[in-house]
Amino acid sequence: MKLLKCPINGTRPLSEFIFGGEWRDMPNPDTSSDLEWASYVHYRDNAPGIKKEWWYHSPSGTWFIAERNTLTDEVLATYLYSNPPATNVEEQSA
Amino acid sequence: MAYQLLKYALGGEYKEPRFFRDCQTPKKSYDAVIIGGGGHGLAAAYYLAKDHGITNVAVLEKGYIGGGNTGRNTTIVRSNYLTPDGVNFYDASVKLFEGLSTELDINLFYSNRGHFTLAHSESAMRTMRWRAEVNKHVGVKSRVVGTDEIAKACPQMDLSCSGKSPIQGALYHEPGSIARHDAVAWGYARGADSMGVEIFQNTEVQGIDIKDGKVQGVHTSRGYILTGKVLSAVAGFTPRICKMVDLKTPIVIHPLQACVSEPMKPWLDTILVSGSLHVYVSQSSRGELVMGSSLDPYEFHSTRSTFDFVEGLTSHIVDMFPFLSNVKIVRQWAGMADITPDFAPIMGMTPIKGFYLDAGWGTWGFKATPISGKTMAHTLANDKAHDLIHSFRLSRFEEYELTGEKGAASVGH
Ligand SMILES: Cc1cc2nc3c(=O)[nH]c(=O)nc-3n(C[C@H](O)[C@H](O)[C@H](O)COP(=O)(O)OP(=O)(O)OC[C@H]3O[C@@H](n4cnc5c(N)ncnc54)[C@H](O)[C@@H]3O)c2cc1C
Repeated sequence: MKLLKCPINGTRPLSEFIFGGEWRDMPNPDTSSDLEWASYVHYRDNAPGIKKEWWYHSPSGTWFIAERNTLTDEVLATYLYSNPPATNVEEQSA
Repeated sequence: MAYQLLKYALGGEYKEPRFFRDCQTPKKSYDAVIIGGGGHGLAAAYYLAKDHGITNVAVLEKGYIGGGNTGRNTTIVRSNYLTPDGVNFYDASVKLFEGLSTELDINLFYSNRGHFTLAHSESAMRTMRWRAEVNKHVGVKSRVVGTDEIAKACPQMDLSCSGKSPIQGALYHEPGSIARHDAVAWGYARGADSMGVEIFQNTEVQGIDIKDGKVQGVHTSRGYILTGKVLSAVAGFTPRICKMVDLKTPIVIHPLQACVSEPMKPWLDTILVSGSLHVYVSQSSRGELVMGSSLDPYEFHSTRSTFDFVEGLTSHIVDMFPFLSNVKIVRQWAGMADITPDFAPIMGMTPIKGFYLDAGWGTWGFKATPISGKTMAHTLANDKAHDLIHSFRLSRFEEYELTGEKGAASVGH
């Protein structure tokens, strides 16, 4: 990956982007236990595979989601959090 | 002369002895199995045998020993960290390193150079003063120096960095050293082997059996092995091993790259590090400049290297040393660094009985090879974490007791 497609600005050089880490489901901070919250903040299965990640296009200030294979660095899809694709990743790449 | 040489080579009389036995078939069971034949795994095996008399041990390495980050790092050894626990731990490692060539009877080319961490801003100077005071308090030789002392130690450097980011001062750390990294793995391997430890190369761990929260054995490419104790010392592969036992950690894998220049006559005595310029450089005993930079900017489980890296790194090196602009880069490579949020390792016990972790070594674990081996051996032997590694326990994250070592590890080394 040397180029990444921003859902708003199109394909741009990777140097314009900042990696925001893996996307994970946030538990409700009001109802979750201390351990559940700590697990959300710190613990992850970071084994390689296809991951949903936050990325940031810095010149335009756009946060978005990328689905990326962290073993091969192939990007399968990028989209705005508010606008996920209808099909899932497996179908898209098949 | 040529004939003499040929006779010597073919004669068999002066054959180089093997460093360790060529083990092929594992036994049915071992008292402990160590995953990973890097410096850390081999050192742990060595100290298990030497300090605790536990010799029924197998080290399983999926490639060849030292082929992981142990053979890929830029070999900087230092103890000028920021937290007292960190300084004490790394200081113990430096002390072991100083006597290690003799102990292992192998020339590690351990070379004491002195280590400058350059500061290009007032806020960087503040961190240097902080580190110097913590270091002195614990008895480690570090002090803040001005530009005159830097110029004296390294007259070849442009202290204004081509006018872009003038150097204001530095943290000088006298014990800072470099060593031959693969020799550390080989030395520990020979030592462990001579006491009975079995080292298996080309042997991959593919699964770990757990019953009632307790380790039962490991599945390997050479069959099943029974054991109650497994130490994972696999650096960049830690998330994959942890997945086998369903253990989550804060570790994220980023590539870390390095390169060397063509060899030159010796001119650079010291080790130079600049956090602002993201570079560190030393000259090896072969005359090559060994250079590294900060982490690649996103998670990636691969050892591919990039042109972006050499381009960025060399432009900063030329800012510091304009006369190097014609020097060639001859090799570049990458390792997978296992990064933790607080830039300290994760060592010791885990919630799974019999599963021990030596990980989170990121960009800083070579210097810790001896002490991590010693403390992990103690932890396995006594089933209780060694005092020196208490603050590096995995549970610190859920207890919100992170270590705060980041200020001393901003550049990878
Ligand atoms: C470019 C670079 C520069 C660095 N510079 C410095 C520095 O200047 N100073 C410093 O202190 N540190 C530095 N480091 C960090 C240091 O190299 C590492 O932290 C340290 O070497 C880790 O040693 P290890 O023995 O834990 O891991 P490794 O040497 O990586 O050994 C782990 C071994 O486990 C094996 N393995 C993995 N999975 C399995 C499996 N399933 N079954 C069997 N075997 C398996 C691998 O093949 C590997 O050989 C640097 C790292 C890099 C990449």
